[in-house]
Amino acid sequence: MFSWLMVGPPILFLCALVGYPFLYGILLSLEDRPVAHAGTFVGLANFVADAHDPVFWRVTINTFVYTFFATILKMIGGLGLALVMNQDFRAKNLIRALMLLPFIVPTVLSTIAWMWMLDPGFSVINWLLRYFGLANPGPSWLGSPILAMISLIIVNVWRGLPFYGITLLAGLPTSSPDLSEAATIDGAGTWHRFIYVTLPLLKPVIFIVTMFSIIFTFADFQLVYVLTRGGPANATHLFATYAFDIAMGGGQLGMGASVALAMLPPLALIIIAMSIYMKPNKS
Amino acid sequence: MSVERGGLRLRALKLWIPLGAFMVFTLFPFYWMAVTSIKPNSELYNRKIMPMIVYHPTLKHYVDLLTETNFLVWTWNTFLVAVVSTAISLVFGTMLAYPLARMKFAGSALISFAVAATYLVPQPLLFIPLADIINQLHLGDTLTSVMLTYPTLLVPFCAWLLMGYFRSVPVELEDAARIDGATRLQTIFKVFLPLCVPGFISAGIFAFTLSQNEFLYALIFLTQTDVRTVPVGAIAELVKGDVFYWGQLMAAALLGSVPVAVIYSFFVEHYVAGLTAGAVKQ
Repeated sequence: MFSWLMVGPPILFLCALVGYPFLYGILLSLEDRPVAHAGTFVGLANFVADAHDPVFWRVTINTFVYTFFATILKMIGGLGLALVMNQDFRAKNLIRALMLLPFIVPTVLSTIAWMWMLDPGFSVINWLLRYFGLANPGPSWLGSPILAMISLIIVNVWRGLPFYGITLLAGLPTSSPDLSEAATIDGAGTWHRFIYVTLPLLKPVIFIVTMFSIIFTFADFQLVYVLTRGGPANATHLFATYAFDIAMGGGQLGMGASVALAMLPPLALIIIAMSIYMKPNKS
Repeated sequence: MSVERGGLRLRALKLWIPLGAFMVFTLFPFYWMAVTSIKPNSELYNRKIMPMIVYHPTLKHYVDLLTETNFLVWTWNTFLVAVVSTAISLVFGTMLAYPLARMKFAGSALISFAVAATYLVPQPLLFIPLADIINQLHLGDTLTSVMLTYPTLLVPFCAWLLMGYFRSVPVELEDAARIDGATRLQTIFKVFLPLCVPGFISAGIFAFTLSQNEFLYALIFLTQTDVRTVPVGAIAELVKGDVFYWGQLMAAALLGSVPVAVIYSFFVEHYVAGLTAGAVKQ
């Protein structure tokens, strides 16, 4: 009784502002619903329209490419960062704190800095390329479809890598010293030690962090909205930004909701798997 | 002598070179932000000169930002929203976490599953229906709209982090207080909660930085300049058509990051503890 009195208010709050909007979104996706007008029920027509929309498929491919490469790079880079940071050196805490800055600072603000670094006229990256004679005048980073996608992936990795690195680092010291010492005595080389001792110990942490990263990369909005708005020629539109354009730009709430809901099947699999995995009764 | 030099070289190879590369990659954008914000326009838009340093530093962009835009209003809005959302989230988070951590009751497994699932639902799945709901409630262009919706992102996380923390507090202390005749509520407020302050700091710092970072809901719900938050204000009002006021933008980016960075720097250890609790405390 006491328990329910306590959990009641927050549960009601979450039902009202997460559960209800979620169901309402499903209803919207089944309606022709221009903004500020009443909707009419159209069944699955919006989803059928999505399936015939070449941009929708472009967006699907973009989202998977973006998620795949950004996640892989964050995983490898984060693992590298964790292993490098797992040595003893001076000012370690300070460096760790600095390394986390990209993750702390509001994403939109740091992305504005990246936009300036990738500016077509005054990119500092291109200045460096010219300075070292590697390119002249240097590419238009956000102007061509492939380079724009690569730029987005780099910025996403820049922001997410510290989260990976520091989380994996926290998983490392508790686990490895004794075991890898034993492995060293048994004659295992650095590489073997990494593959057979360190990596298996990190596996649960890597799993959780990767799932987090997949979910929030798959549903990313801010980076694309600030850097490219989905351009050039829809080459960097993701589900979230495309749904935003349709619903907020075009005023078609029903169609927008259907695009957003297209994210649900792959996300739902991950979310359910993780919710079961995270069930906190294991300790 | 040669052995030592070999050791040094190995250490450079294994530690300083990769660490240096990571640090340049991580920190260069902040350096660039700072340098750009104090360059006069004549240097900003001059391709002939070396751009890494400032020849004639100026605070003009900061002065313009503070006097010609609503930046201070946005900063205040951002701060107010973050404080209120964090407070709501900590209270609700505790109300969820305490029973789940301490009592067995019917439905507790379902609730903890639902909390975890809610934590993982990304915003883009909800923003369209929420925009419509906020409209119907006539909450558009009010800070209330974001103060109500931000906790939906933060409550599940706070609950989850606090649940882990609550479990680590020995239950014997509460049992002792109960035996001495304290009521359950007295026990919670006088014995249990004071022991959990570090957990509250971790969850609070996290919630605070996440609210400062939020963009999508603020972008949709807040369209008037006097209710905007810093990220939305910067994107919507410092970019006029195709004209980017880079100096002001960088000044805004830097000033907008300072509050979060300062608070973070005071509580780094708590933040890292919170960050890693989710993944490591299994």
